[in-house]
Formats: sequence, structure tokens, C-alpha cells
Amino acid sequence: MRGPAFLEKIEAAFPGAVAGTHLEAIDPWVEVTAEKLLPVCRWLKESSDSRFDSLECITAVDWLEPDPKKAAKVTWQPHTEIVYHLWSTVSRVSLVLKVKLPRWKDDLPGSLPAVASVAGVWRTADWHEREVYDLSGIEFTGHPDLRRILCPEDWEGFPLRKDYQMPLEYHGIRAK
Amino acid sequence: MTQPWIEGRFEENMVLTTIEQAINWARQSSIWPMTFGLACCAIEMMAAGASRYDMDRFGAGAFRASPRQADLMIVAGTVTYKMASRVRRLYNLMPDPKYVIAMGACTTGGGPYFKWGYHVVKGVDLVVPVDVYVPGCPPRPESLLEGLMRIQDKIVGQRIAKRVGATGKVNDELPVPHHSGYVSLPTDQSALVFDHQKVPS
Ligand code: SF4
Repeated sequence: MRGPAFLEKIEAAFPGAVAGTHLEAIDPWVEVTAEKLLPVCRWLKESSDSRFDSLECITAVDWLEPDPKKAAKVTWQPHTEIVYHLWSTVSRVSLVLKVKLPRWKDDLPGSLPAVASVAGVWRTADWHEREVYDLSGIEFTGHPDLRRILCPEDWEGFPLRKDYQMPLEYHGIRAK
Repeated sequence: MTQPWIEGRFEENMVLTTIEQAINWARQSSIWPMTFGLACCAIEMMAAGASRYDMDRFGAGAFRASPRQADLMIVAGTVTYKMASRVRRLYNLMPDPKYVIAMGACTTGGGPYFKWGYHVVKGVDLVVPVDVYVPGCPPRPESLLEGLMRIQDKIVGQRIAKRVGATGKVNDELPVPHHSGYVSLPTDQSALVFDHQKVPS
């Protein structure tokens, strides 16, 4: 499942869904476009040869260099990446999926970027997506219950974003 | 025949004490802590309560599951902002007199999460008044026992409040140490070596 043959199958089933790959990495990954994520996931679980029936984790990576000096040297544009680790208990292979999103929807600070929820495909995704929403501020459209899961419900901001600022106080408790 | 150990020894004698001492002795020898651990420090608190260190030797082994029955709150572990309101509520539910031990680096000042943690209260003394701080990450059970004995010292030092005059101040206050550590300041300020020991005029 880690070869060009697999890529061809995705391409054949969903033309234009694959936005990039890196097959030489230790964990080879496939990047799909945000619009095609949900059908690709459903296909991977239900119809592909190796039945990825288990979602191990969802991670959000905030690509931003807050230090302006270092930011001048980086080669990438600021963006957010969501990483899905899949595992097939049937054929015992793993797969890493990635989706790239802007840091803010339409570059408007405060409006969260959105991607389709895969909680309907894997139940595990339910809490994982709530955690990603809580800490990194990604909106999962179609999620059954998108609330904060770790921080208090009236918390403001998304603590694992690189440009996050701690509040000065929270309900009268000094926070800085 | 050997004498019985206690039986019959007090029958013709009297024990004299003061109410103050009797109350303090009773309070000091049955401090009931509240059962709650918030993170890794709780493991050491449990160890302190178990057979090897045996907090029961000092009368503090009866961990209560309800704040209504507890005198001592051992805040053992990381206090998050989400937990802070619960900690304060539990403290308010405890009957007076009540004492608080801040156990571990997290509760004394944020600990390993001080700089980059977004979720940890920077010291539980921002939430409830703390009587004794036990440093360490985690403190060993011996340290917690030491902290417990400092609480006992504090209890022994308590007096039944007496008013000075009809409306005067209640004279049960303990002397408040200056942050230099001196209870009464030395008159010769030049003998102080470090700046922080000097009293700003
Ligand atoms: S002080 Fe150390 S051992 Fe105790 S709760 Fe904090 S991190 Fe854990």
C-alpha cells in the first residue's frame, strides 16, 4: 500500500484529489484536497483493497514563524496542515493523509478554516476533531457535537496556534 | 505481677490542662485530609498514606471523600484553569478551621508549566489561601509528612481568641515574618548582606 500503484488507484477513483505526495519518507504521506477529503476517506475505509478501518489520530500543525527575523528565511507560506494516521487491521498497513488549509478562512483573522468532518466514517474522529478544534481552531463541518473538550467552555483563543497570546486573567485568576 | 498499663492508673489522679491545649491537641492529632489528587503528585500522596510511610501515625490517615468531613486540603498536582473553580468550591465547602497544603512545584507556582503552559494556574495560592508549601516535583512522602507537621505546629500555635478591651483587636494573630525571614527586624541594617533583606524606607 505504499507505492505508486496505490496512488494510481486513488487518482483513478477521484481524479484531481491528490495534491502532493512524499513516498520516500519513513511514513509516506499523501496530500488530498480539502473538498475531496470525505469521499476519499470513505473510499479508503469501505472500498479500497486494504480497508483502512482504524483512524489512529488526527493532528493539526500550525505552520507559522512568529519571529519576524526567522520568518524572512523560511521557504514556506504560513498555513495549517491536518494529518490523519490510518491503519488497516485487515491487511496491517498504515497510511498518512494530509490536508492543507489556510490559517484563517479567506485570510480574515478570527474566521476559522473549515474542512469536512470524518466523524461519520470513523467514530474515533469525534473526540479527536473536538480536540483539534479546541486547541488549534479548525472547524469541522458536519461534526455532530463540535464543542471544546479540554479547555473550559468559555476559553478564548486557540492555545496551540503559534501566535496565541495568554489572557492577562481568567475569572479573576492571574494568568500571566 | 506486672502492673496493668493504663487500667486503674488515673483513678486517684487528675490531669490538669487548659481548654486551649486540649482543643489544640485533639485537632492536631486528627487532621482529616480530603481525598483528591489532580496529577502525578497524588501518587506520592497515596504513598505517604500507605503502609510504608503511614500518615496515620500522625493522625492524618483518614482521607475523607467529602469536603464536609475534612480539615485539610492537600492540593496534590497540577491545577488547571478548568479545575480552579472546583478547587475553590471544595475549599468553601470545608468546615472551619481548615488548612491547605500546596504540594509540589505545580501548586506552589506553576512548576514545569509556568512558562509555556496555557492551561495551568500559576500557583494554587491564586485560588485558595495556602498554609504550607511543599516543594518538589514530586515531593517525596517524607516531605509531605514534614509539611503535615508544619500544619500541626500551626494548629498548636492557635489561641482561643481574646479581645483586648471591649472593641479591641483579637489577639490570636501569629507574628507575620518579614520576607527576609526575620520576625523582628534587626536594628543594624548595614549587617544585611543582600538587597532583598533590606526594608525599603
Ligand atoms: S509538581 Fe511535578 S510531580 Fe507534582 S503534579 Fe506537578 S509535574 Fe506532577
